Amino acid sequence: MRLPPFQALVDAHAAELHRFLTGFVGPHDAEDCLQETFIAALRAYPQLAHGENLRAWLYTIARRKATDLARARSRRPSEPMDGLAPDAEPRIGPIEAADDGLWVAVRRLPPKQRAALVHRFVLDLDYRAIGERMATSEEAARQNVSAGLRRLRKELDR
Amino acid sequence: MNDLERRLARAAVPPLDAERLGERLGERAVADGLLEVAYGTFDSPLGELLVAVTPRGLVRLAYDDEGVEDEVLAELAERVSPRVLRAPERTDAIRRELDDYFAGRRRDFVTRIDWSLVRGFAGEVLRATARVPFGSVTTYRDVADAAGSPRAYRAAGNALGSNPIPIVVPCHRVLHAGGGLGGYTGGLDRKRKLLRLEGAIG
Repeated sequence: MRLPPFQALVDAHAAELHRFLTGFVGPHDAEDCLQETFIAALRAYPQLAHGENLRAWLYTIARRKATDLARARSRRPSEPMDGLAPDAEPRIGPIEAADDGLWVAVRRLPPKQRAALVHRFVLDLDYRAIGERMATSEEAARQNVSAGLRRLRKELDR
Repeated sequence: MNDLERRLARAAVPPLDAERLGERLGERAVADGLLEVAYGTFDSPLGELLVAVTPRGLVRLAYDDEGVEDEVLAELAERVSPRVLRAPERTDAIRRELDDYFAGRRRDFVTRIDWSLVRGFAGEVLRATARVPFGSVTTYRDVADAAGSPRAYRAAGNALGSNPIPIVVPCHRVLHAGGGLGGYTGGLDRKRKLLRLEGAIG
């Protein structure tokens, strides 16, 4: 299969990737992360051997960009701000405030659990689809979601 | 669904500003040398036009009729580069020239042309056609001659019929030797309008 014009990928997947990244890195960084994802994809695009599974390919890049960002954030020295966890964002916008710290807690989960939760609840996918997106089995997807929920509950109850 | 699951599903996700993303993506792609085909569409007296440019110049111009856009972009992706992005600001220069042309303020286009989509004899025919001045007309036989093969006027007709850059490479100025209009990619009505605009026909 030939490669479609790159713009077709942007048009087809930008909104969904943006929601995915919002769950993964939070609303403040989602747009930058989305741009980084598309630029990295654009860079590698002509070298792809075929145009199959382009969506899964984009998700792989998005997850990598989001993980890089999370890592960079946790390395960044942060000032302790009265009671806030050290990796909490210093810029808390109205959306995060409205979500009652939920995204902040989601962001503390291990990447696989975080991605699984976002796929399941933000993008409303079933376990089979999550497995496909994350290149794991349906069963592993189910386990990642339930482990993520358990851990998230613990985080929030703290 | 328990409370936590409901809370996750409800959690507000701000909508994506697709236009802003497009602009930023275009700028960044240019800065990183990754924008190989930029395109935009705009209105003209002959209907909507699609224009595509590469770093080498104008590579494609098309009458953006129903279904044309997907086809044109797919062709560009395959034959020029799959790094195709909508970036209308990259097409501003040629758009201004076209506006001036349609308004009667311009006779010649100065924009550089990227001939990537034409090969061989067709390329010779189209380059010869590009030298036919505003306001005048020529014949299929004459452009075949100018391209080096006077007897290949049918092949010249085919080359003109698949001109990737109509208007700017003025295939509308090529007519039948008997005086008939011949054919035109965008339909004869458009050919007639262009010739009238240039004062070549009444």
